[in-house]
Amino acid sequence: MDAIEMNLLKEVAELDSLPVGAYNIRANGELAGRNTTANIDIVTKTDKPGIDIYIRPFTKNESVHIPVILSQTGLKDLVYNDFHIGEGADVTIIAGCGIHNCGGGNAEHDGIHTFWLAKNAKLRYVEKHYGEGDGRGKQIMNPTTIVHLAEGAEMEMETTQIAGVDDTIRKTGGDLAAGASLVVKEKIMTTGDQRAVTDFNVDLNGEGCSANIVSRSVAKDVSKQEFISHINGNCACAGHSECDAIIMDHASVIASPALTANSVDASLIHEAAIGKIAGEQLIKLMTLGLTEKEAEDQIVNGFLK
Amino acid sequence: MLELRNVGYETDDNKEILHDVNLTVQERFVAITGPNGGGKSTLAKVIAGIYQPTSGQILLDGVDITHMSITDRANLGMSYAFQQPVRFKGLRVKDLLSLAAGKNTSVTEACNYLSEVGLCARDYIDREINASLSGGELKRIEIAMVLARGTKLSIFDEPEAGIDLWSFQNLIRVFEKMYEQTRGSILIISHQERILNIADKIVVIKNGQVEKVGARSEILPALLGSADASSPACSILTDKVEGVRS
Repeated sequence: MDAIEMNLLKEVAELDSLPVGAYNIRANGELAGRNTTANIDIVTKTDKPGIDIYIRPFTKNESVHIPVILSQTGLKDLVYNDFHIGEGADVTIIAGCGIHNCGGGNAEHDGIHTFWLAKNAKLRYVEKHYGEGDGRGKQIMNPTTIVHLAEGAEMEMETTQIAGVDDTIRKTGGDLAAGASLVVKEKIMTTGDQRAVTDFNVDLNGEGCSANIVSRSVAKDVSKQEFISHINGNCACAGHSECDAIIMDHASVIASPALTANSVDASLIHEAAIGKIAGEQLIKLMTLGLTEKEAEDQIVNGFLK
Repeated sequence: MLELRNVGYETDDNKEILHDVNLTVQERFVAITGPNGGGKSTLAKVIAGIYQPTSGQILLDGVDITHMSITDRANLGMSYAFQQPVRFKGLRVKDLLSLAAGKNTSVTEACNYLSEVGLCARDYIDREINASLSGGELKRIEIAMVLARGTKLSIFDEPEAGIDLWSFQNLIRVFEKMYEQTRGSILIISHQERILNIADKIVVIKNGQVEKVGARSEILPALLGSADASSPACSILTDKVEGVRS
């Protein structure tokens, strides 16, 4: 792995060297490293590109790293990754995609991730997207994440896309059985003429299940963002979505949260706010000695932290 | 020393808020008081650089700061505690204290500032400055930030608003300790007799002008509508303050 690829790995997975535990590293569409453990198996798919990750029931405190890096211009990479989390397991999966594109062609990674969480399984899923490169080509990422949560399963998903991705359409879908819980924390920042669309569709099917989707974003320059969410409450359940966006310069942000209640016991709430940085916030930080630009950076960084 | 020479301020639609204000601040505690809408907060904002005066001159230690930015004035040694503190989504108490101190404050330092204003540091240090904090908590954090800055001029716009009676004495103690550490001037906008009672100098602002200015003993009796400002309660307080000073 060369210096560019090591840097991408550091950005998306915070890795300086090979991780401890199970991992699968994909570089420029090829397998660049894999490790399995007694409880975690990683198998290459035979019918299409991608992997199956199997986590044994009741596996505790283990993690899986599955970074993807692209440093060749003009490459379009499509993978199907399926995650099978056994009953009662409690694990962390760290995914991430970094693209370094210095050429004239686009570099694109589309990951289709499907999660099956068995009864009472617990998963923390962390995903970071990062792009860099001064070529004319674009860095494009279109992740699709589908989660199926069985009874009592819990999933927390943290996704971050702060820099360098020119175009992204991220789709997240889920269905939840009784007592399951899904928490999504999304952070997005777009600059220049970047575009980001994020689209959630969650079906709350089992008694007492809950979903909480929180998206915080900052749109700068002439970038465009769109937040769409559909939460469908089909039983006694709780659903909440929150889109909070800071808009700057000449950017544009659309927020379309939607709720559907198909049961009188479905308790559904959505919140959406779009606004510029408040003048008094800038003034307060300037009275502490910061310049206007430094104040703006602090406010944006804090908001996306 | 802060000096205002013939300072005036008009809004964009030509409404005159301040007229020919002349004032010096070199004492320990200077209190600005006067009726609502008289221009007190505007005056504080003009001093901090949030509003630009439309006439006159402002000097800090002889340096003309009339047209300096908020940032430059802050870096010259001026702090300003807002009447209504600002909330920040995502920024924590520790972050703001670090920004105020101009360095990454250690947990111990941050705890000290917070304890001074009567907050149990461990409960607050990682709290976000968002809607989950009450008005009184925000006000105390605002004061802690001025403590962390430790500048030669500290301006407080109605620091007592939202502070309960129990902490009132503590607030006065905070001002006294702040003076011990900075040896600078503390300018407080207030309507509270107990705060006016510790002032070395009182300025009464009315209709955008300095109506009266002088030592506490000259101004306070008239303000309280009585010729006797040295009532027993006042004397006790005065003695205490004198005691701290000496």
